Amino acid sequence: MKLGTRFPRSATMHRLHELRRSAMNHFVTGLAVFSTVLVLVPLVAILGYLIYKGASSLNLAFFTHVPAPVGDPGGGMANAIVGSGVILGLASLIGIPVGIAAGVYLAEYGRGRILGNLVRFTADVLNGVPAIVMGIAVYALIVAKQHHFSGFAGGVALAIMMIPTVSRTTEEMLATVPHAIREAALGLGIPKWRTILSISLRTASPGIITGCMLAFARVAGETAPLLFTAFGNQFWSFDLNQPIAALPLQIYVYAVSPYDEWHRLAWAGALVLIVMIMGAVTLVRIFANRGALQGGH
Amino acid sequence: MIEPGLVKLPEMTVPPQDAQPTSLPGAETVPAQPSAIRAFLQQRSSGKFADGAFGALMLVCALSIFAIVLLIVFVLVSNSRLSIHAFGWKFFKDSSWDPVSGDFGALPFIFGTVLSSILAVAMAVPLSLCVAIFLLDICPRPLRAPIAFLTELLAAIPSVVYGLWAVFVLVPIVRDQVGPVLEKYLGWTGFFIEPNFGVGMFTASIILAIMIFPIISSISRDVMKAVPIHQREAALALGATRWEMLRMSVLRNSRLGIVGAVILGLGRALGETMAVTMVIGNHPDISKNLFAPGYTLASVIANEFSEASGDLYLSALIEIGLALFLVTIVVNAIARLLVWAVTRGESARHA
Repeated sequence: MKLGTRFPRSATMHRLHELRRSAMNHFVTGLAVFSTVLVLVPLVAILGYLIYKGASSLNLAFFTHVPAPVGDPGGGMANAIVGSGVILGLASLIGIPVGIAAGVYLAEYGRGRILGNLVRFTADVLNGVPAIVMGIAVYALIVAKQHHFSGFAGGVALAIMMIPTVSRTTEEMLATVPHAIREAALGLGIPKWRTILSISLRTASPGIITGCMLAFARVAGETAPLLFTAFGNQFWSFDLNQPIAALPLQIYVYAVSPYDEWHRLAWAGALVLIVMIMGAVTLVRIFANRGALQGGH
Repeated sequence: MIEPGLVKLPEMTVPPQDAQPTSLPGAETVPAQPSAIRAFLQQRSSGKFADGAFGALMLVCALSIFAIVLLIVFVLVSNSRLSIHAFGWKFFKDSSWDPVSGDFGALPFIFGTVLSSILAVAMAVPLSLCVAIFLLDICPRPLRAPIAFLTELLAAIPSVVYGLWAVFVLVPIVRDQVGPVLEKYLGWTGFFIEPNFGVGMFTASIILAIMIFPIISSISRDVMKAVPIHQREAALALGATRWEMLRMSVLRNSRLGIVGAVILGLGRALGETMAVTMVIGNHPDISKNLFAPGYTLASVIANEFSEASGDLYLSALIEIGLALFLVTIVVNAIARLLVWAVTRGESARHA
């Protein structure tokens, strides 16, 4: 086929065609730039508004007082901050070791096996299960049996949500450890378990710590799984067997309440929560970039 | 066969003890170097038992992930038995939700969940793809990392904070600014009809779109990154403009993975609870008017579970949870398979 039959165009037609192509190119480029700006607007709006509203309502009492009764000014969320810490501590205590161990299995034992692939797939699927479903499952498992809400149940719900994230990150990070290091250790007569603990996990530790912190940050803001497990509490409580306050729960309750004073506290709580989470994420970024072995691809 | 006891074995000749090197002068004070290492290695266990135990422990932890999923299914099924028996399949076709008379149907919630999620995906997908393309190809290099970091920060904001912002900022905007404009120009379609209180399906979809944007964007960026560089170079060498190159080599080769990313975002939208509950209005209506309040599967659980009185009511709510669980599992499984098919498991990052 001759070129001329496909492009029977004069010089002006050709120029028009080229113009159209480059116009399309510029249009798409402009669209992409515009979309990015459009997406950055809500982010900046959310963060900006949060800082503006939160900072103007934060005070010392927020960190030292328990919630005041309706109508009384003042009050804080000290019990919710501590309660969140207790629940998250329990969740990390259960979720991180189990998650890391599952990740070790996936990377060091289950590679290329059917069982390994199945576990990996289940972990990914579990990662997408809605938090509220986790809440009612743990309610039926623990709260309904105990006949009362408890901080323990809240911790378990969050721990289950941490496991898939932690295990998948651990696996990915272990996969970046060069095989030669492992073989060198095994060649020295070191048993496999010791090789995994002292060589593989140690080499991959910056990435694994990053993964754990990200999982922690993700569950730190979860409200839905705590609604029917930890339940919330207006007073001081450290008892894992009793309902316990949590920062995200308190923010939710205050945000949907009709009182201005409570709205103010909700903004302050949201700011504290965001600062905690973003602080963790940012720290992790810096830490991961300095680590011996970078996790990213 | 020869029985061992009947055979007389020849006497073993034991070498004399003093042939050992220990009898050499000075051997007690200065032990030879190699034997010290051997002694050290031999005094430790071979590690066979420890290896087995360690491997078993890791296996148990890995299997616990299976166990968790099975346990969730079992608990949800056994606790919703009452409602499954009482209503059967009618539960998903019936649109009445009347706790007082004990009549439960999940149709309004299914409608609300599906509509809000699809609207959110429709809003988020074009934006996410544009941002992914921008970050991959157009953005000046020094700006890339900060903007990628900013968009990923969106993923780190908790649902309840999105809800708080939506209640106090987004709702008034939709009510006073966006709503009247939409009503004026698109009111004839029947999708935007007053009264518009700001809380409803439309606002919920917007907040959902903002929330699922980072997932879709970051995964589709990974998928596009996985397209081999020579595919791009080939297109450019043929004289393609940047857009033509993106369309012909990048988008075309990664379309399966992009679909996976979109479905993953859909899965997140289906199960999103707190932010939606705070702005959707929480009224079991089936209406094509997007300004009307709605209700979703997740938000009916969040709102009514702790005050549900009566076993049937509770059981109906748990059945809704079961339905949500099964739907999200299927959606996520499909999405993961698609993303895996493209990236071959190289980068399974989840936001």
